[in-house]
Amino acid sequence: MQGFAGLSLFSVLLLMALGLAIIFGQMGVVNLAHGEFMALGAYTVYLCSSLVHTYAPALAGSYFVFAIIIAFLVAGTAGYLAEWGLIRHLYKRPLDTLLATWGLSLIMQQGFRLTFGAREVTPVLPEWLMGSFKPTDSIDIPINGVFVMGLTLLLTLAVWTFMYRSRLGLRMRATVQNRTMSGAVGINTGLVDRLTFALGCGIAGVAGAAFTTIGSTGPDSGSRYIVDTFLVVVFGGTSSLFGTIASAFGIAQGQSIAGFFLEGTMGKVAVLLGIVFILMLRPQGLFANKVRS
Amino acid sequence: MIPTYNTTFLLAIEDLTVSFDGFKAVDGLNLYIEKNELRVIIGPNGAGKTTVLDMICGKTQPTEGSIRFHNRELIGLPEHQIVRAGVGRKFQTPSIYENLTVLENLEVSFPRGRSVLGCIAFTRTKDVTERIHKVAEDIFLADLLETPGALLSHGQKQWLEIGMLLMQEPQLLMLDEPVAGMSAGEREQTAELLKRITPGRSIIIIEHDMEFVARIAHQVTVLHLGKLLAEGTMEQIRQNPKVIEVYLGH
Amino acid sequence: MNSLYQRLFGGKRGVLNLVVLAALLLIVLPLSLSIFRLNLVGKYLTFSFVALGLVMLWGKGGVLSLGQGVFFGLGGYCMAMFLKLEASDPISTKIQSTPGIPDFMDWNQLTKLPTLWLPFKHLPFALIATVVVPALVAFVIGYAMFKRRVGGVYFAIITQAIALILSLGIDGNQGLTGGRNGITDLRTLCGWDIRSTHAQYVLYFVTCILLFVIILGLQWLLSGKMGKMLLAMNEREDRVRFSGYDVSMFKVFTFCLAAALSGIGGALFVLQVGFISPSLVGIVPSIEMVIFAAVGGRSSLYGAVYGALLVNTGKSLFSESFPQLWLFCMGGLFIAVVVLFPNGLAGLVEQLTQRFGPWFSKQRQPEAAPLVALSGAHTEKGTNA
Repeated sequence: MQGFAGLSLFSVLLLMALGLAIIFGQMGVVNLAHGEFMALGAYTVYLCSSLVHTYAPALAGSYFVFAIIIAFLVAGTAGYLAEWGLIRHLYKRPLDTLLATWGLSLIMQQGFRLTFGAREVTPVLPEWLMGSFKPTDSIDIPINGVFVMGLTLLLTLAVWTFMYRSRLGLRMRATVQNRTMSGAVGINTGLVDRLTFALGCGIAGVAGAAFTTIGSTGPDSGSRYIVDTFLVVVFGGTSSLFGTIASAFGIAQGQSIAGFFLEGTMGKVAVLLGIVFILMLRPQGLFANKVRS
Repeated sequence: MIPTYNTTFLLAIEDLTVSFDGFKAVDGLNLYIEKNELRVIIGPNGAGKTTVLDMICGKTQPTEGSIRFHNRELIGLPEHQIVRAGVGRKFQTPSIYENLTVLENLEVSFPRGRSVLGCIAFTRTKDVTERIHKVAEDIFLADLLETPGALLSHGQKQWLEIGMLLMQEPQLLMLDEPVAGMSAGEREQTAELLKRITPGRSIIIIEHDMEFVARIAHQVTVLHLGKLLAEGTMEQIRQNPKVIEVYLGH
Repeated sequence: MNSLYQRLFGGKRGVLNLVVLAALLLIVLPLSLSIFRLNLVGKYLTFSFVALGLVMLWGKGGVLSLGQGVFFGLGGYCMAMFLKLEASDPISTKIQSTPGIPDFMDWNQLTKLPTLWLPFKHLPFALIATVVVPALVAFVIGYAMFKRRVGGVYFAIITQAIALILSLGIDGNQGLTGGRNGITDLRTLCGWDIRSTHAQYVLYFVTCILLFVIILGLQWLLSGKMGKMLLAMNEREDRVRFSGYDVSMFKVFTFCLAAALSGIGGALFVLQVGFISPSLVGIVPSIEMVIFAAVGGRSSLYGAVYGALLVNTGKSLFSESFPQLWLFCMGGLFIAVVVLFPNGLAGLVEQLTQRFGPWFSKQRQPEAAPLVALSGAHTEKGTNA
């Protein structure tokens, strides 16, 4: 099921990249703590799971969907606070934002470690997510994989609709493209920034929730995928949603396939090397819009 | 038009076109500059004036056409090589090094030690100091050599930028709105400075102040919507009905 | 301003800085610390080589690299390979299935020395490699990136990716590189036992002397035109390009310089500590090296040394007494140096001397603080020496 493992990785990468594309691609803010917001979502689901199984076992089957929504809200709120408390002071200083968000990620990681322990944890997944779907004897499709993919598609569609079809999405895009004018026409750019950042973090939270279905969560789970996620966004060309999707797919599948031929981590190394090499030749990524000189 | 391959003009622009996503900022422009000429380019906003300068100095790549300087094709060369070929560009907003003194601003523009090794080995020899002092006098900043750039007035920054270009000993000097934001007195001084430095090189100026233009221009070129609208002396331009309609008003 | 003395020492302030640091490193610490702790200081000083490189690259040049561990590691591995080969002579390794090759290769069932290792049997090659290999790698990466005007955040992320690639690559090739455990059990340098107390003292002083030589050299470089060019490029890259400079080559130069310095640091690290592993190469150590420079004051050479010493000392102390707190402190430190103290220790010192030090030289310092903000750093006057 190599193909499918690749698809699950693709979903996680895409969800994380979506959130990051909004924050980095749209706002130009580099959030090295993005992985920690993902972990926050995962830990939130774990917490929900523990609470449900201690106090309301009857909900064991249905809590999961609500947990995902709660993960979105928790991560989003944390993002809102982070923007308000830290990021907004550093808008004109992208390199300093890098360092400050790295510091934030360290703090969050240690926070996870102290609260949940250093060992990895897993929420108890509801029954309907377990097992697999066997249309024929030889094909074996794990249900959690399908669920994650479905969630990813749904969220991607939701993000696209929101950004390009809603008023708030319009305001977000306007603020990013021309801050002064947006302010002049009455858009509260500070609030819009906060909400944009919060949205990106919320999506990361959902990525974390999705991640719990295919892997366990530890304090440094976030940092495991952060470099990959940035590369996905940069590789796909930061201004294109389609580029992000294609890039996530390519990188995830690439890693799966390479992992098949090369042992251990060398598969990942090969893919990363390939990406860096291509970026050296074409820094704007594969799908960047034609740049006005 | 077929580009001329051998030209005696200092600068020969032919069929120059640049299009951004379908919008033609400059459309089939032909422009010829002689040696020792001071040409002013005027035109309404959006006419493509700054874009033309951008293309000459290498900041923007045209989609079509040819730019020949001393009969050498400039299109495709990196910016720093165009500079070394003898083209100097002054930007619309004064672009000087605020953290360096006037003297250092000029020293850095001296055309020696511009490679990494050259820079490490560079020493401030007598010829450098002499040249700095000469240029500083030309640009009215001889008394302010130790002043950091940040502390200069707007007009003085414009002069410093012109001085930095003069240090490079360019054969073609391109100035984008050199007197914007200057007082009347400063404009007079600038006009005098420009007239003084024209011999031995050519200057292209973009300006909106018609009085200033009248005082200095040998020839005037009018651009409109990326195309050449009219060309001639200031008198001829002033009386040209097309120009009046589009730009000068009644 | 142009005499050799002026350029090397940078006026009264520079001489004072040098004397204070020299007194601290060459007299005070060796007399007051046990050899064990002095060896630790020596280790921290090797990190300051990286920090010095970052001062040039980031503080002056405005280019942030989050992958200096790569170059530190490359230099370290070059030295370690030589030392390991020396420790793996056929007589000491006669109990192995294949004598004459490093132990970890034997455990991985290799039967002969990989070609990559062969030139490292010779000390001159290894010494040259510790400087040249990092510089060469930096050249390739820098040229590809800077020529295409990739900078800022993108560049920083690419350097992270490269750090990850190298650390994973070393990790996954146990037979070739010693894998996750790294190269350990290093004993002698041309017959001289580097683990002895005598050797540790010698290596410590060698590190210090090299440090001072490099600081003076960098000061010489910065006090000339190169210093002004870096300042100008940091402030207004376009204008520099339009003054006829190929800005990308200057960035490549600074990147290679920082890489070479990091490589030297890595080699000295191996000599003093006795091992190298991928834990010094990856993303986390590389970002930590940035904090050493940031704490000291990102554009202050002397600050880099103090920053490296302070942060690492803090790390040791905290890890011993309050291990849970340390990561919080680190995280807080990153935020603090960016939000509260952009000019680090050097900035604080400058503020203090402004209040108490009218008897310092009043002449314009060779590199006075920027009047106009560079890369967003605050404009309080930080010492740049």
